[in-house]
Parts: sequence; structure tokens; C-alpha cells
Amino acid sequence: MSETDAAWIDAALTSARPQAVGALLRYFRNLDTAEEAFQNASLRALKSWPQNGPPRDPAAWLIMVGRNAGIDEARRTRRQQPLPEDDQAISDLDDAESEIAERLDGSHYRDDILRLMFICCHPDLPPTQQIALALRIVSGLSVKQIARAFLVSEAAMEQRITRAKARVAGANVPFETPGAVERSERLAAVAAMIYLIFNEGYSASGDTAEIRTRLSEEAIRLARLLLRLFPGEPEIMGLTALLLLQHARADARFDAQGDLILLDDQDRTLWNQKLIAEGLALIDKAMRHRRSGTYQIQAAIAALHARAARPEDTDWQQIDLLYGALEVVQPSPVVTLNRAVAVSKVRGPQAALDMIEPLAPRLSNYFHFFGVRGAFLMQLDRNEEARVAFDRAIALANTSAEAAHIRMHLDRLMRDSKPPGKKAGT
Amino acid sequence: MLYAILCYHDEDFVGSWSKEQDAAVMKKLAAVQEKLASQGRLGPVARLLPTTAATTLRKENPPLVLDGPYAETKEQLLGFYLVDCQNLDEALETAKELGAANPGGAYEIRPVGMFAPGGAVK
Repeated sequence: MSETDAAWIDAALTSARPQAVGALLRYFRNLDTAEEAFQNASLRALKSWPQNGPPRDPAAWLIMVGRNAGIDEARRTRRQQPLPEDDQAISDLDDAESEIAERLDGSHYRDDILRLMFICCHPDLPPTQQIALALRIVSGLSVKQIARAFLVSEAAMEQRITRAKARVAGANVPFETPGAVERSERLAAVAAMIYLIFNEGYSASGDTAEIRTRLSEEAIRLARLLLRLFPGEPEIMGLTALLLLQHARADARFDAQGDLILLDDQDRTLWNQKLIAEGLALIDKAMRHRRSGTYQIQAAIAALHARAARPEDTDWQQIDLLYGALEVVQPSPVVTLNRAVAVSKVRGPQAALDMIEPLAPRLSNYFHFFGVRGAFLMQLDRNEEARVAFDRAIALANTSAEAAHIRMHLDRLMRDSKPPGKKAGT
Repeated sequence: MLYAILCYHDEDFVGSWSKEQDAAVMKKLAAVQEKLASQGRLGPVARLLPTTAATTLRKENPPLVLDGPYAETKEQLLGFYLVDCQNLDEALETAKELGAANPGGAYEIRPVGMFAPGGAVK
């Protein structure tokens, strides 16, 4: 890779994008204008950088060029009066200009990027639109790439993004620097959006695996970016750690046919130790703050799995405690259900079953509930009841992939819960 | 004389490399390192995790622990080499070779005053 390579320029444009689009949005206060201005600047970069060499600060260069392009565009379309002198002074592109750009933008860097991300996860937008908008605007993925990841047509995705933009344009997003409370609310919304992007990628399999892996990697990139802007936020450390620790298992999660391999059956030598090291380091840092939160707890659970060289080395007792803590901050029957799995390993299937029985009314349409319940029943040799639960689970699967996943999960549980010496199928 | 070659680069940019781009750069760097090793000039080499994983201890009384790297810079310290070179010219030549394999950013070349090879860490 040399500095004038298309791949090099592409990486430079990608990494500069959040800051540059964020700054251009602050100037123009319009998402489309900002995006077009960045697009124009990128085209200029593709022409200029191979000839003149890349600028020392690509983001500052792109902001300058993009800003000028946007102003020119506005002049053309609105036949505005020429702009005042000091705007002329920053129309050239030497190093002095970069310094101006830096002065203009350095102080805004954090809030520009946070605002850009926050607009994408505006509460008026449904999650599907939030993710699509963020991948388009912040990450710079093409509409085609995003459409492939979500298994919809390009036209449908284009429409989804256009709708999302129209909605945020009418939603009056404030442009002034947010106060502490609002900033922390924005941070939480952005963290949730990044987690959504990751989960889209995490459920990848089959034909879309490649593009959806890209989503997971993109989520990690955004999480690291956010953490760099807010280095002392334990929940952002927790979020980043959670994504890293889960993504570390990516190469072990699917077999050659693209079918999911469960945690206990994964070849742990395929886990990415570099990502695990980074995740564990972040969890360590987060814990020092003693300000617990849902991402940190989930990351701590993932960390315990990551630390176990073999499935039987897993510290289920600690996982049970962590799920207990998660139940306190984020009470949900699904969390309790997950906790029950840990309880079954620590205190046996009867205790686990007792724990989930009260959840039945609320999880009567949740296939995992019946899968897990069936497994506990089987371990208790209540095979007839177990079979009923398994049948119910399979009937509740929403997609064929889900059904296959559940069926495999169930097969495995059935196999495991057979006492030794007993023949399968009896 | 032993020189430290400290590698500075924009970690956002390095983090935007695809897996393939990253692997291609590491492969080219490995070739330069192999050459240095065969000449008996290569000391320890490290690639550091992102600065988000860094913690800073300010040696005040009492010591102050801060999240993040020591310096907030446009380009971050991402790794280092220790290389045995006859003089600055040779150190610069070596840095240029490494730079050709991994363009962008900067190397700080610092002569080493004291070096303890340690040895216990694998």
C-alpha cells in the first residue's frame, strides 16, 4: 500500500469522514448539503492526492474543500451575494489553511462527531432507520452495501434513508454545544445505536456473512471513536469491550456450511486473542470507576467466557452473580432466562427451572424460553414435558435460520442431557 | 548504538484499514524485520493496542490515574522497534525502509541510553 493507492485514499477518506461531515453539518445545518459537500471534497481528493501527495491532515483538508464547495453550490443555486472577505481567505489549500481549519474545528471535534451520530439515532426514528442512516452518513457505506446487509433492494434502502433524513430535517436538532446532562443522554443514545449495528452484524450467516461482518467491524470502529472522544466514560469502555469480546469469536461461530456453532462447541483456538486482550484491558479500566452499567456487566460476562480455555473452565458462579446484577439495573425476563442457564450449571436444573417458571406468562411466545425450559426438564428426566417444550420452541421460531438454530440448540441439549449409557432416541 | 524507532500514526486511519490492508502492511514490515534480524540488528518490536486501552498515571502525590494516553495528539504512539545501528544515518535508512512498507505518520528516532533485555516475558 503506498500513499497514493486507491486503497490508502479510501481508508483516509473513511477515517476522516465522521469529523469532516460533522463539521460540515455544523456549517450548513443540513444533512444533505453536508453530505454533498463531503462528496465533492472526496472527489477532489481522489484527483488531487495522487498528484500532489496526501495532505498532512486529511480531515482538515476535506472540511476546507467541502466547505468551499458547499458555499459555491449555495451561490449558484441561490444567487447569493459574494461572501465576506474572510471566507475568501480560506479558499486555498496550503498548510496555513490546514491550521485555520484546525483552529476552526479542533474545539468542536467531540461535539461535531457526537451531534452527527446523535442525529442518526434521533428518537423519532425507528431502529431500522437509525442504523441505515448511521451506516450511510457516519460510516460512508454505499446504499448498495447497506441494502445487501439488510437483505432489501437498493431502491427500498434508498427510500428508507431518504425518509430518515426527511424526518430528522423536520425534527429540529439543536446545534449549540450540549450541556452535561444532554451530552450524557446523547452518549447513551449513540451507544445504543452502535450496539444495534453490531447486533445486525452479529446475527450474520450464509451469503450475507461478509457484508454483515463489515457491520460488526464498523460498530467497533465507531465505539473506539466514541471512546476516544470520551475516554473516561466507563459505559463506553464497557460497550467497546463487549463488542470486541463478542467479535473475537467471529471466526469460530460458523462452520463451513455457514451454520452457527454454539459457544461450548467452538474451537477456542480460533478466537482472536488480540481483540480479547483489548476487550479485557477495557473492562479492567471500566471497573476501576465503580460506576456499573449494563454494557459493563454484559462485557464482564463475555470476559469470563473469553478467559475460559475450555468450556468446563467457565466461571459460572461469577456469571450467575453478574446476571443477578444485570437483573437489578435492567430487569427483564430475558435476562432472568439467561441467568437461569448459569444457575443450572451452578445449582442444578431444578433451581434453574424454579427460577424460570414465573416467567412463563411473559415469555409465552419466546422460543428461547421453551428451548431452555425443555433442556432443564430433560436434565430432570421429565422427558415427556421436555418434548412438549421443544415442540413449542420450534413452532415459535420466526425464520428458517432461527428454526435451524433452535433445532441444533435443542439437538445438542438433548444429546448432552442423556445420562451416559442410554442410547440416543430412546 | 541502539536506537528506538517510535511509530506515530493516526490511529483512526490505521483502524480504517481493512483486514487485508492491515495484513499486507504487516507482511511488508515483517520482511524488513527479517532482514534486520538476519543482520543481528533487531531488538524487541511491539505493536500497541489502541490508545483507548491506555491508562496514564500522573506521579503526583497521591498519584493520579487518568483514562487515555499521556498526550492528546493528532498522531498517536502505536508501536516501537529497537534496532542496532552504527550511526544516525543508518538509523534513518532503517526507518525509511520501514516507512516504505508502512506509509503515512512519522517515526521518532531516539538513541537508547540504557537497555535491559529482560528475558522472562515470552
